[in-house]
Amino acid sequence: MNDTTAVEKRPQASREVARSDEAGRRDEALIPPVDVTEDSGGITLRADLPGVSKDRLGLHVETDTLTIEGEVSVATPEGMQASYAEVSIPRFRRVFTLSKELDTGKISAEFKHGVLTLRIPKAEHAQPRKIDIQVS
Amino acid sequence: MYPSLFPRNVFAELDRLQREMRDAFDLSPSIRGLGRGGFPAVNVGGTPQSVEILAFAPGLDPASVEVKLDRGVLTIAGERPADLPSEEGGKAAVHINERFSGRFRRVISLSDDVDPNGVSATYRDGVLHITAKRRESAQPRRINVQ
Repeated sequence: MNDTTAVEKRPQASREVARSDEAGRRDEALIPPVDVTEDSGGITLRADLPGVSKDRLGLHVETDTLTIEGEVSVATPEGMQASYAEVSIPRFRRVFTLSKELDTGKISAEFKHGVLTLRIPKAEHAQPRKIDIQVS
Repeated sequence: MYPSLFPRNVFAELDRLQREMRDAFDLSPSIRGLGRGGFPAVNVGGTPQSVEILAFAPGLDPASVEVKLDRGVLTIAGERPADLPSEEGGKAAVHINERFSGRFRRVISLSDDVDPNGVSATYRDGVLHITAKRRESAQPRRINVQ
């Protein structure tokens, strides 16, 4: 068993084709399905990233975008020939635009059995609060 | 359908459209229903010694997954609980709901040379990996010329 990213190995007629194909496919990625819910304290995001191990998962927050990336790596025996593939690209990527009231510094993440759970809390000042009415 | 496991690429989208059209108008579909697009997504590969099945089924309790081999037909079944808050809770708003939940079943018919006693399954990073050994008698061998 070798731990490679060879989810699908397609037989290529010539090496040239294989190389240009490889370059063209580098940017391609599958879009992981997600669930997003919101409560008064923040937003919870769950994403399905099957086959992605913890060290191949990338989470990036840049100003107001959140990027989730992952490489699929499945241990398959040497010399396996794929005969049928529904997951044809060993990569996941999805980008979300965050809104201002979210506190990106306090994002917490959990990753278990290929499901990523992100909790993005709302900033202190954006938390709902009751405003007392002063009677003079 | 499992709409998101397709690449974000116009050709892939066209390919998907074409596949869906073909599935919809297919006059002779598989007897067990549409092949593609179910949950979990499945890849199948093989070596001379074994048949390898990868089922991309994240977020399952390994104990709740049922893998059965009956007369050369492999069945993967189970249930994925919904992670979304219940309607009655009413406190949380659901913005995006794409992930599969509920019961699932996928059926794959294996080739005849698979040994029913040599099937093993592991679950790692949300991928169910089933290895079915081929029978000893079906192994390729070299025949010596006397």
